[in-house]
Amino acid sequence: MDEIRPMRAEVGIIPNADGSALFASGKTVAIAAVYGPKQLHPANKRKPDRGIIRCEYNMLPFSVSDRARPGPSRRSKEISLVTESALSAVTDLSRFPGSVIDVQIMILQADAGTRCAGVNAAAMALAHAGIVMREMVSSIAIGKIDDKIVVDITKEEEDWTEGEGSTDIPFSITSNNEVTHLQLDGYIQTKRFKEAIDAAKNACSKILEIQSRALKGEIVDENKGGKKK
Amino acid sequence: MKISNINKRKITELLKEGKRLDGRKPFDIRDVEIETGVSNKAEGSARVRIGKTEVIVGVKMGVQEPYPDHQDEGTMMVSMEFSPAAGERYELGPPKIEAIETSRVVDRGLRESGFIDWKKLCIEEGEKVWSVMVDIYCINDDGNVLDACGIGALVALKTAKFPVYDKKEGAIKYGELTKDSLPLTDNVPLTMTFYKIGDSLVFDPTREEEDSAEARLTLSISQPKKEKIINSMQKGGIVSMTTDDLNNIIDESEKVYNKLFPDIEKKIKGLK
Repeated sequence: MDEIRPMRAEVGIIPNADGSALFASGKTVAIAAVYGPKQLHPANKRKPDRGIIRCEYNMLPFSVSDRARPGPSRRSKEISLVTESALSAVTDLSRFPGSVIDVQIMILQADAGTRCAGVNAAAMALAHAGIVMREMVSSIAIGKIDDKIVVDITKEEEDWTEGEGSTDIPFSITSNNEVTHLQLDGYIQTKRFKEAIDAAKNACSKILEIQSRALKGEIVDENKGGKKK
Repeated sequence: MKISNINKRKITELLKEGKRLDGRKPFDIRDVEIETGVSNKAEGSARVRIGKTEVIVGVKMGVQEPYPDHQDEGTMMVSMEFSPAAGERYELGPPKIEAIETSRVVDRGLRESGFIDWKKLCIEEGEKVWSVMVDIYCINDDGNVLDACGIGALVALKTAKFPVYDKKEGAIKYGELTKDSLPLTDNVPLTMTFYKIGDSLVFDPTREEEDSAEARLTLSISQPKKEKIINSMQKGGIVSMTTDDLNNIIDESEKVYNKLFPDIEKKIKGLK
């Protein structure tokens, strides 16, 4: 219930990019590439006092059972926006006035929690690109299946309809325990929300450890570490 | 259009003492005005004003094939646009990300609460179901458009009537309305957005206050039985929130709900 699926993490997977990373949790796999900071065009979008992060979250057509139409959708645009928020809050953007940092996120394989895997990969790619960050950020989808709080919800769990049904709560939490991204879909009592926050904090600290190991150059694969599948 | 630093500082400083430029307390809402029947071509419509913020909502009904994974359930689509009429900052063109986000947040509140009984929108399983299309237009933006959209969608859905459907022809006779309302439940979701300005939290901001905020959190809350249920949440803005902020917002949202919801219910009943 409180276990994250086996994680994989690696940086430097895209040689051309200034920073890049892979993050996988169970069957959900995301890669991210960072280019920049570079001058923003068109000039009227520039911010005189800070840089901006521009994200593109892209679920590849073959990442899901029924082929997804390529190109941006309303869903992907919204996820790109919340990812931008999640990352902007931890990046010291005041150092790059008038600039843009481009973050490309691709989902290769989807089994729920894709936006969280995307944030995890993107945060690693930003750090790998040497961009000044105040803190690291990690992301996890907390779920509520009927009346139980679970960590790292899968597609199968997401489709649960009995009892109180399923609730999906993606969180992004910094190493300082601040929330930079939060969404919720479903049915949860106001009193029980605190449990979800605690579960998210706990899980994010575990993810942070994996991200840090990968950033130090290790190719992390929990599947190979003798741990159960 | 960008808020000047001096105004932003003034707003932030005042809020530290729990004060606002228009004399409200941090969690007070401006007057809410509700009107219905804005368009007689729509199956349901509403105009909602919160202070000077104003949105118009129309509900149109259609008949379509159900989605493959929900063969016996009707469908809903919510879209939202900021008309260039709404203020200097809005330009012509397809809906931008702010509008897309707003429509998706309103959509999720309605959908996840179970406000609409989808199964009762089924005409023939696997063949034909009703589709509910909710279109929201902001025509004047003085802050807190998101919550106005949420209330507007509720009211428009509550007043909507089914059009006449000819089963033989398989077509809708638009212009002829039945007396049947949509199959709605008591799980009425109320969308409320809280903004963080400096270290203070505030509800129902004016445009200037909204421009001073660097983070916001939207919640949709319904109360099917005794307990209040959160049906959707969305954090926005480029600054983080502490877990204390989140807990405070949830507490305040329950208080706002207790005040605002009966007020809206009363206003809707007063219309009929």
